[in-house]
Amino acid sequence: MSIDPTRATAAQMADALASGETTSVALTRAALERIAATDGDAEGGIHAFLHVDAEGALAQAEASDARRAAGAPLSPLDGVPVAVKDVLATTGLPTTCGSKMLEGWVPPYDATVVARLKAAGLPILGKTNMDEFAMGSSTEHSAYGPTRNPWDTTRIPGGSGGGSAAAVAAFQAPLALGTDTGGSIRQPGAVTGTVGVKPTYGAVSRYGLVAMANSLDQVGPVTRTVMDSALLQELIGGHDPLDSTSVVEPLPSLVEAAQQGATGDLTGLKVGVITELGGDGYQAGVRARFTEALDKLVAAGAEVVEVSCPSFVHALAAYYLVMPCEASSNLARFDAMRYGIRVMPESNDSPSAEAVMRATRDAGFGDEVKRRIILGTYALSSGYYDAYYGTAQKVRTLIQRDFDAAFESVDVLVSPTAPTTAFKLGEKLDDPLAMYLNDLATIPANLAGVPGMSLPAGLAEEDGLPVGFQILAPQLADDRLYRVGAALEAALEKEWGGPLLDQAPEVATLTSTEGALR
Amino acid sequence: MPDITRDEVAHLAALSRIDLSDAELDHMAPQLSVILDAVASITGVVGDDVPATSHPLPLTNVFREDVVTPGLTAEQALSGAPEVEEQRFAVPRILEEEA
Repeated sequence: MSIDPTRATAAQMADALASGETTSVALTRAALERIAATDGDAEGGIHAFLHVDAEGALAQAEASDARRAAGAPLSPLDGVPVAVKDVLATTGLPTTCGSKMLEGWVPPYDATVVARLKAAGLPILGKTNMDEFAMGSSTEHSAYGPTRNPWDTTRIPGGSGGGSAAAVAAFQAPLALGTDTGGSIRQPGAVTGTVGVKPTYGAVSRYGLVAMANSLDQVGPVTRTVMDSALLQELIGGHDPLDSTSVVEPLPSLVEAAQQGATGDLTGLKVGVITELGGDGYQAGVRARFTEALDKLVAAGAEVVEVSCPSFVHALAAYYLVMPCEASSNLARFDAMRYGIRVMPESNDSPSAEAVMRATRDAGFGDEVKRRIILGTYALSSGYYDAYYGTAQKVRTLIQRDFDAAFESVDVLVSPTAPTTAFKLGEKLDDPLAMYLNDLATIPANLAGVPGMSLPAGLAEEDGLPVGFQILAPQLADDRLYRVGAALEAALEKEWGGPLLDQAPEVATLTSTEGALR
Repeated sequence: MPDITRDEVAHLAALSRIDLSDAELDHMAPQLSVILDAVASITGVVGDDVPATSHPLPLTNVFREDVVTPGLTAEQALSGAPEVEEQRFAVPRILEEEA
């Protein structure tokens, strides 16, 4: 059996490499050709990548093939190419975070997850587009132009990790890394028909991740199948002495959990449907696919009950206080002195460092970043601190208690990942609050540090666009996501006759008259 | 909660070291008011008896062995700097007197 070098899953690619049917160079070259043919630029194409490293990726692929030929030890994904979100530090490759502030910055060190990818022999194809400093739900806040959804290039690919999700959905890469602070892995996964996992807080190192909100940020896998996510999370996860918030105890085997789930038997599993994350405000097609997915879980032997998490109604407000407070503090590091751009103020012959800082931060940051810095500065100011930041932290406690109580009676919690399918580019760009509402269902997991997965549940009949199904588990029980996710994926793919992405329209290639510079 | 005024936004921008233009201030002040109005809904929803959570994991005092490990070379540390002089970050004047 021969595999398609771009459409195969990462697990299939790994098998084909092991059997000698293909080489890492062949797979990497196929991915690079696909990127060249479909990615375009800010004006047209998918625009999932900000930087493509063909030379570096092919060199890594050759090294992997050479190790294999020599019989050297190999990782389970050795030779399978991967894309990395541009918020993760990579030596030798620009890391801009989608911001003008870091235009051209090449980090002097690798993020731990990047170092682990390299050590495991995965060729890094390039860096993917994102909302500036991971702030947004559409990738439209990238200073380098938006990414387009492979299902419909007039629509958003989600955000902030729209580039990673679109690259995987458009078969430019079998695997990608994302980061999730309020849903930036899961919501792009939902709207592009891909699988995205936010691991337990601390289960994957954040060293070398340019921080937005330290108590919420988490690195995780973006893939086309549940098994591929399990393989990738196992590879990047585990304790890292360089990240003091990294979890020391190992997680249960995620790959075994996915294998177990793929048998389709969920007998004895209790699933809780979160009352507060559904119903009104959720698009009809999203609700329909969600309900059908629940039926599949029941058919697999699971018991489905409704669970109320009353404090979740305050999660969005708490998040949009905690996150800007942490972000305003984190982004103070962009001071035009040690890295990034430096902009000299006009009409000043000998400006002070502070004047340079102010001019640089005005020129270097986009609107959404400025909004959040100012909002955070406001909420942290004396007189408002207790009412805003203090209250938000207490609400965080209530949300954790809701999760604790729910997980006493059920094994996993479920909800739609996002209230709607992909909206049109530009539709919510000047209405920040409407944009924030997209994160309604994903935010509680970040506030509580629990793991969450989004996987495709089908297409909404009203617009033919992908719907995401979210699974949440207790801290350190990431394996439950993979067991339930793999079981649901198997049941749904049986009904669809294959992966959901088989139903996606062919991505226009830029050499065709239709696709080029539309 | 009170609206956030244009003057307040200008003050906050100064505290945040961002030179906002008049056009940006006009645009941003009403947007921030809408956002603040929405997030202000949580003030008062919890009592004093609820402890604050600043971090999702109960971690305290994470230490490692005090051993020397390799760090960045001066060249690496300076590689992204806008301006370098004699192996140091070169910065604009930091004192207020006119040059």
